Amino acid sequence: MDKYECPCGYVYDPAEGDMDNGIEPGTAWEDLPASWVCPLCGAEQEYFEKVD
Amino acid sequence: MFTPIELANGIYSVGCRDWDIRDFHGYEIREGTSYNAFLVTGEQNILIDTVKFPFKDELLANINRIMDPKKIDAVISNHTEMDHSGSIPGIMHKIGEDKPLYCSKMGAQNLKNHFNRDYNFKVVGSGDTVTLGNRTFSFLETRMLHWPDSMFTYLPDEKILFSSDAFGQHYAGDQFFDDDIGDEIMPHARKYYANILLHFSPRVQTLLADVAKLNLDIRMICPDHGIIWRKDPSRIITAYDRWSRQEPVNKALVIFDSMWESTTKMARAVTSGIESEHVGVRLMNTRRCHRSDIMTEILDAGAVAVGSPTLNNGIFPVIADVLTYIKGLRPQNKIAAAFGSYGWSGEAVKIINKEFEEMKWDMADPGVKVLYVPDENDLKRCFDLGATLAKKLKEKLTR
Repeated sequence: MDKYECPCGYVYDPAEGDMDNGIEPGTAWEDLPASWVCPLCGAEQEYFEKVD
Repeated sequence: MFTPIELANGIYSVGCRDWDIRDFHGYEIREGTSYNAFLVTGEQNILIDTVKFPFKDELLANINRIMDPKKIDAVISNHTEMDHSGSIPGIMHKIGEDKPLYCSKMGAQNLKNHFNRDYNFKVVGSGDTVTLGNRTFSFLETRMLHWPDSMFTYLPDEKILFSSDAFGQHYAGDQFFDDDIGDEIMPHARKYYANILLHFSPRVQTLLADVAKLNLDIRMICPDHGIIWRKDPSRIITAYDRWSRQEPVNKALVIFDSMWESTTKMARAVTSGIESEHVGVRLMNTRRCHRSDIMTEILDAGAVAVGSPTLNNGIFPVIADVLTYIKGLRPQNKIAAAFGSYGWSGEAVKIINKEFEEMKWDMADPGVKVLYVPDENDLKRCFDLGATLAKKLKEKLTR
C-alpha cells in the first residue's frame, strides 16, 4: 500500500495507521475518513503527495 | 550592539535585540524582542542560528568581539524562519560557502526554498550526535514545534539545550537571564505560548514525555527569543506542561464589538451574569484589545462569550479577524455562547455558533439576539446567558 507525505514532512504509512487518531494499522490511504488531517500540522489530505 | 555574554566556558550569546518591533506578523509586542544566536568556541567554532536579516552586521560585530567570524567552522540551523535564518546567506558568505550547515531534513528543504540555493547541508535527526573538535552536539527533531524544520541542539557535556523557538518570549529588556528578571518574564512566556505554540499542544505533551524518557540533565535552556533560563529551567518546562494540557480555570472572557453600543450593553449584561456566579471575567472589546492579548487570555479561560452585531448579513470584520486567529490556534476545552444586536436579518449569532462548532467548543446556549436596542427584558436574557455559561463552567470544573 502506498505511503503519502504531507508538506510538513509527516508520512502516512498504512502499515502503521495513526492510532492516536483512531486509524487502525492496515488502513489504506484511500480508506481514510475524509475528516482525517495530518496529525502533525493539521493539513487536509489534498495537500499530501504519494511517496515514490 | 551589546557585549556578547559568556553563558558557559567558551559559549556566548551573540544575538541582537530588536527594540523597535511592535508588530511581529500580527502578534503585538510592547517591549521589542531579541533574535538570539549562540557561538560555541573551542577546537572548532560553531554558530547556532542567526538573526533577522537587517541585524546581520550587528551579529557579525558581536562575533568579532570574540573572534574573527571567518574562524567559524560550521553553522547549526535549529529553525529556518526568517528571524533566525535571515542572516545565514550573509554568514555563509563571510565564513565560506562550503562550510557545513547542520539542520534537519526539513530544514535543508526549507533553507533551499528560502534562499533558492544549495549549501553543504549536513542533515541530522533525533538521536544523532556529532563531535566537532572538543565539543559534542546532539540533536532532537521537534517537527511542528513550531515549523516542519524545528529542532533542538543539546550539548551533553555542558548540559545546555538550544531550543529554537520553544521556551522563548518576545521580550527585549535590560536583563538576559531568568534570575535577573524573575517572575516578570512569565506573562511574556505565556503570551508567546498562546500565540505561537498553542495549536501544537499535543506535540508539546509528546515532546515533554520524550525529553523525560531521555533523562536529559538540562542546566540551561537557550531559546531563540528573550531571556535564557539558567537558574531554574524546570520552571518553563513545568509551565509548558501546564499550558499544553489546556486545562480550563474558573475564568471567562466576553469578547465583543459593537456598532451603536447595543452589543456593548449586551456584553456588559453577560459579564454581570457571569460575575453573579462568582466566575472571574474579562470584558474584551476587540477594538481596544489586540488579538494576541485576547489569545493570551483564552489560553486558560474555561468559558468564552462572543458578541457581534450583524453587518451586511455577516459578523463584524474585527470579530471575524479575532475568530479566525483564535480558530487557527485551536484552543480546546471551552464552553461558549454567542450574542449580538441586529437590525433586520441577524445572522451574527448563527455564524458565531458555527465557528464554535468548528472549534469543537461546547455551546452553553443557542445564544441571544436582540433587535436594535436591548430593553430591560433583553438585558435580563443576556444576564441569564452569562449566568448559564458560568454555571456550566463550574459544573465542568467540579466534575
